[in-house]
Amino acid sequence: MTTVAEPTTNEKQASRIRQSARLGEWLVLYAVSILGAILISALLVTATGGEWQSVVTALLDGSMRNPGRWGETLGAAAPLLLVALGTVISSRAGLVNIGQEGQLAVGAAFATYFGFLIGGPGPLNLLVLLTFGAIGGALWAGIAALLRFWRGVPEVLSTLLLVAVAGQAVAYGLRWQWLLLAPSASRGNRNQVSEQLSPDRRLPNQVIFGNSFPISVYLAVIIALVVAFLLARSIWGFRLKMLGRNPRAAQHAGVSQNRYGSTALMIGGAFAGLAGAAMLAGGGFAFGNFQLVPGFSANIGWTGLLVALVARERALVCIPVALVFASLRTGSGFVASTGVEGRITDVIQGLLVLALLVPPAVMFIRDRRRARAATTART
Amino acid sequence: MGFFEALVDIFTSESTYINGALFAALLLFAATGEWVAERAGTINISVEGMLLSGAFTTAVGYDLTQSAVLAILAGICGGLIVAFLQAEMSHRLSADQFVVGLTLNILVLGLTGFLDREIDPQTKVVDTWEIPILSDIPLIGQALFGQPWPFYLLYVLVPVSAWLVYRTRFGLDVRAAGENPQSADVSGIDVNKRRRQAIYYAGFTSGLGGAFLILVQVGQFEDSIVGGRGFIAIAAVIFGGWTIRGTIAGCILFAGALSFRLSIQGLGYQLNSELLQSLPFLVTIVGMAFFAHRVRPPAALAQPFVRGLK
Repeated sequence: MTTVAEPTTNEKQASRIRQSARLGEWLVLYAVSILGAILISALLVTATGGEWQSVVTALLDGSMRNPGRWGETLGAAAPLLLVALGTVISSRAGLVNIGQEGQLAVGAAFATYFGFLIGGPGPLNLLVLLTFGAIGGALWAGIAALLRFWRGVPEVLSTLLLVAVAGQAVAYGLRWQWLLLAPSASRGNRNQVSEQLSPDRRLPNQVIFGNSFPISVYLAVIIALVVAFLLARSIWGFRLKMLGRNPRAAQHAGVSQNRYGSTALMIGGAFAGLAGAAMLAGGGFAFGNFQLVPGFSANIGWTGLLVALVARERALVCIPVALVFASLRTGSGFVASTGVEGRITDVIQGLLVLALLVPPAVMFIRDRRRARAATTART
Repeated sequence: MGFFEALVDIFTSESTYINGALFAALLLFAATGEWVAERAGTINISVEGMLLSGAFTTAVGYDLTQSAVLAILAGICGGLIVAFLQAEMSHRLSADQFVVGLTLNILVLGLTGFLDREIDPQTKVVDTWEIPILSDIPLIGQALFGQPWPFYLLYVLVPVSAWLVYRTRFGLDVRAAGENPQSADVSGIDVNKRRRQAIYYAGFTSGLGGAFLILVQVGQFEDSIVGGRGFIAIAAVIFGGWTIRGTIAGCILFAGALSFRLSIQGLGYQLNSELLQSLPFLVTIVGMAFFAHRVRPPAALAQPFVRGLK
């Protein structure tokens, strides 16, 4: 019989040193890649005749420093966070949903249609609005789930192609008064616009130091906490994770891929749809005037997806990332006034995401190399 | 005017076939390379970005040199740049291929949009070459043999790609990497290298596709000029069951849906524009719903390969 040797103080110390070295490695990798992305963006601005200092100033002014701006940034971060949380859930189950942009648009359309159809007193109507937003998004994602689990169509493609269809379908609905179009009396000479939500049906605004933002911000943060808890601590979350890591093992353990997979995909859609409804009822920066128009989704779906990718399936990390991306968004309007094309923020965003993909991948390779070296050393 | 008459009108007008051939050619340029990449085991969704980047560098190349040949070479470089990032990040580092592809698409969209406003390259459609006799065939003659000359690159590219994949050592390696990377690795094939090379090939053909888009089909770079057609090319590969013949058939079917939209308006029929806009995507989705489960994908499609990990 052998006894398990207690780790000596020396070994403990060595492992502690190894761990802090690892942490340092992570930090260096992240710092280098983020700096790289910023450097390339700055070079681009300089190469096209702009000044990068003024772009940075404009971004900070537009997102935080000028009066009322950080409220706008919070307002923009809320739908981004909601979309990202939905994406975290579906990717936890190993599904690649990249159609949030369409699910968001359909959610907003459902919210508009059923909100005006059902009516009712203000606060109750608001609830109807948000609920049907989520249902709309879930149904749109449900199409992709059906195609995936019944017809074997990869969900990557079906969700993506459905984005194009969703945009056109909403625009189509806005042509007909029995669907989404506002009655001619209230729309003036505009062609494709829905009726405006009356003030009592909008999300209440919170005002702090002259910054106002809709209360969907609180809603999004609460949902983030709930999602983080459910994914980490519930049986359901565990099953999703099992499905994502090893579908075959999950199947043997009695986790039906069809059932849990399509549920995860539809919840992802529901969150995007909820974000759409919240944008509709929350109004504010760049989300229109409490009414549905073609192109209403305004890339929030795509950006929310990027937030989830950067946060790498961790619900709570989505919160700061959503704030950063919302700042880029609210800041971009101010950049245009410096003479640099406002779309530079799209470039910065893309480069940043690409840069943040590098460190985990590098660490993975290094860890494997070290593990292999350790095994060869032992034998 | 009835619906049937409209259909007859569409099928007997030469412009339908010319439009159809142009759309099919663009899809085929992208889909051929995508097919090779998928046979090696990568669903390369950055093909959309490769087309866009190829189109932009073509436009810049043409603006600088006024030479179509050099512009096409520039387009190939544009496609290869995106391919480089995709290949190195997903198959040297092991980042998720969909995440990389998606990010690249968004990055290229932003970057070309930004640079287009700053540079604004000027281009035009290049000269038409009429192939004698063949271009006089009624209905399809002009469509297949009376096009601007970069169109004819396709007649070389597709057979060469098929030969490459089915008849060469390289093609065997590529297919092995897509079907059973573990066995391929044991028999001495560098799986990730072959996969990277297949992605480079996709970058090359998509770069040509981007050049085609600028120099033949549109004549001027616009913001988000590709408009999701790269994704339709991926769908064509899946629809075609990962064979070259099926891919060609898929491209022709989806191109039909794309050109139907133009033809029906060109002939003066009124149909709801939103429905027409979404028609190609609907046809693609329905087409995949019918055929996707009948075909067998490469066994290791979209699965990363790391030696010693299964």
